[in-house]
Amino acid sequence: MNEITESRKPPVATTGILGWLRMNLFSNWINSLVSLFVLYILIQFIPWILNWTIFAADFKYNFNGVEITDRTMCSRVLDPENGGACWAIIYVRFYQFMYGFYPRDEVWRVNLSYIMLAVAVVPLLFDKFPFRKHFLKFTYVFPVIAFFLLNGGLGLEPVSTNKWGGLLVTLVLGCTGIALAFPLGIVLALGRRSNLPVISMMCTLFIEFIRGVPLITLLFFGMVMLPLFLPEGVNMDGLARVLVAVTLFQSAYMAEVIRGGLQAIPQGQYEAARSIGLSYWQMNMKIVLPQAIRISIPSIVNTSIGLFKDTTLVIIVGLLDLLGIGRGALADTTWLGLAYEVYFFVSLVFFIFTFAMSRYSLYLEKKLKTGINMGAD
Amino acid sequence: MRSKLNFFSDEKFRSIFFQTLVIGLFALGIFFIVQTTAYNLEKRNIATGWRFLTDPAGFDISFSPFIDFKSTDTHLDVYFVGVLNTLLVSVCGCIAATILGFLVGIIRLSSNWLLVRVAYIYVEFTRNVPLLLQIILWYSILIQLPRVKQSLEFLDVFFISNRGIYSPRPVFETGFSYVFIAIILAFISSFFIRRWAKKRQDDTGKQFPVLSSFFGLIIIVPLILFFIIGSPLSFDYPALKGFNFKGGMVIRPEFIAMFLALTIYTAAFISETVRSGILSVTKGQREASASLGLKKSWIMRLVIIPQALRVIVPPLTSQYLNLTKNSSLGIAVGYADLVHGFGGISLNQTGQAIECMVIVMATYLTISLTISVFMNIYNRSIQFKEK
Repeated sequence: MNEITESRKPPVATTGILGWLRMNLFSNWINSLVSLFVLYILIQFIPWILNWTIFAADFKYNFNGVEITDRTMCSRVLDPENGGACWAIIYVRFYQFMYGFYPRDEVWRVNLSYIMLAVAVVPLLFDKFPFRKHFLKFTYVFPVIAFFLLNGGLGLEPVSTNKWGGLLVTLVLGCTGIALAFPLGIVLALGRRSNLPVISMMCTLFIEFIRGVPLITLLFFGMVMLPLFLPEGVNMDGLARVLVAVTLFQSAYMAEVIRGGLQAIPQGQYEAARSIGLSYWQMNMKIVLPQAIRISIPSIVNTSIGLFKDTTLVIIVGLLDLLGIGRGALADTTWLGLAYEVYFFVSLVFFIFTFAMSRYSLYLEKKLKTGINMGAD
Repeated sequence: MRSKLNFFSDEKFRSIFFQTLVIGLFALGIFFIVQTTAYNLEKRNIATGWRFLTDPAGFDISFSPFIDFKSTDTHLDVYFVGVLNTLLVSVCGCIAATILGFLVGIIRLSSNWLLVRVAYIYVEFTRNVPLLLQIILWYSILIQLPRVKQSLEFLDVFFISNRGIYSPRPVFETGFSYVFIAIILAFISSFFIRRWAKKRQDDTGKQFPVLSSFFGLIIIVPLILFFIIGSPLSFDYPALKGFNFKGGMVIRPEFIAMFLALTIYTAAFISETVRSGILSVTKGQREASASLGLKKSWIMRLVIIPQALRVIVPPLTSQYLNLTKNSSLGIAVGYADLVHGFGGISLNQTGQAIECMVIVMATYLTISLTISVFMNIYNRSIQFKEK
């Protein structure tokens, strides 16, 4: 007599919460010890950090309900045992963190630029964006609009760039650096792969030189040496000089990334383009570059993250970006000693931008893996 | 009949034409820049030349562990102190970042869910916050440490305060050089032992305990020699005199901040390359070696790591290069490296902007090139050797 064995339930210890815990935290005694140790530290640390940043923190008022105007009114100065972070320094200086010393009457121009930046960039990032084509036209003219809006001219009151600061400078440096370095990087990458030995050698030397020195030396170069190179009467303000250095720096890194993309294009694509009679520029513009750039976008975003973080270096040559404004706030005697609050806030702002960018790059990588077939045969 | 235009459709002519044009424009640009620069320098009364290098610097450097620097020393000495400080923090940072990075990379592939999450949060946070900010943050934490008078004591010889960590300084007496030579000889001989052991294993299959013989040679032999000679080493202990410590050896907070920030920041990147390197070794390799009956530690050492290293080393090289270049951020906390000491203070005092910047850039290029060359040699030695 044949009996069919009934299927049995899996052992309790491998399914459900208990099973999960056993598999992932307590699989053997070393793992269990480590888990308990980490758990202990987290139990100590997480409530403390939450308490410090949120529950015991002052935002605008201290624990007596008085509005905070200087450091001596912070709960953590009045009561070092129980007081949390004193975010009032951020609250009071928020304008500076966002705009620097931009005149208050003209600040609508910065706000408008921020909004337009979002309108210009978001359709660029997602190729399924509705009416993307029309939005992209705006993306192309946006730099010109933003330049006149922020800088003045065309009937707007001029605002000198040494009044710019905070997030404004960070974004201007990051966005302009990336936007200018992109075409320059393409030219350098094509130049390095060129058949003409002189051009290839010059591009290679330039790229390797820039990649071999730290950004800070290029910033010094822009600040100290560039004025010596310019003929009399030509004056560049600090921001422009730093922008030159940042753009040169970023273009070398961009070139290497794009060169990687160019190398991934199968030789057949070049040959096919040549055999239907396309010229060098037609071949590159219509066949090779569109494919090469497409596959190198994730890496382009990654180098852009690097640049965005590196914009903080401008504080060393005296520009006031987000970090510079933060340090300025700390140097102010009314707010002395609130370093952790300021650095926490500045880190958070940078983290939001760079984390979003790195997620975007991951999303692109995933899409590229499934989306297109490179036909590498 | 050939028209003039046909010349232009000749590829060879076109190539020569464009290259000559580029060289011409480049030369013209250089000529123009040299002209304006010379004019500008003359107008500002700046004499070019390298003579300033032998002028006395006239300022002090707080951290110079290798050269005893006095303010009467020259700008050239400032340069050497700067190079050594740059190299010191870079080498320390590279070693520590490699260790921490490998550790975190392996942790992220471990089976402990909690540990994996903690490592992930560490990597994401440090990677996404500017390094300069992290350096400044570490520095601001370190200078919150107690003052010298209330400094924290460890074992009565280590003192931690906001001026840095004071520790005993080893004083090498006559005869210590023999111990030092013994250590070098031990390194050289263990290199040959390794070669001989490998050859013997290839020929006969017999193994030789290379690692333990290496440690035996470099630790035990010099140690025996050390005691035979009569311990030619004493320590100079730091002691609190007045407002500061006298004697001993000090590690300044600037250095510690740079070291911590560079290590922690770069380790996050290294951990990612290590993780992707180990993941690049297919599961089949692990299973195949397990089915051959290899021990778990052998699978890791003989199968996984050699293959993972092929993927890891090229990005690791660029991380080392990045760390070295990032050490130039010491200027933000006053660490007297190449950029801060020579490219900053010397430049400002002498006004010789072009000379100083050229020297600084050339030095960084040399360091970068050296690292690339050595890492490329190493990379070639671990790549597949196809026969």
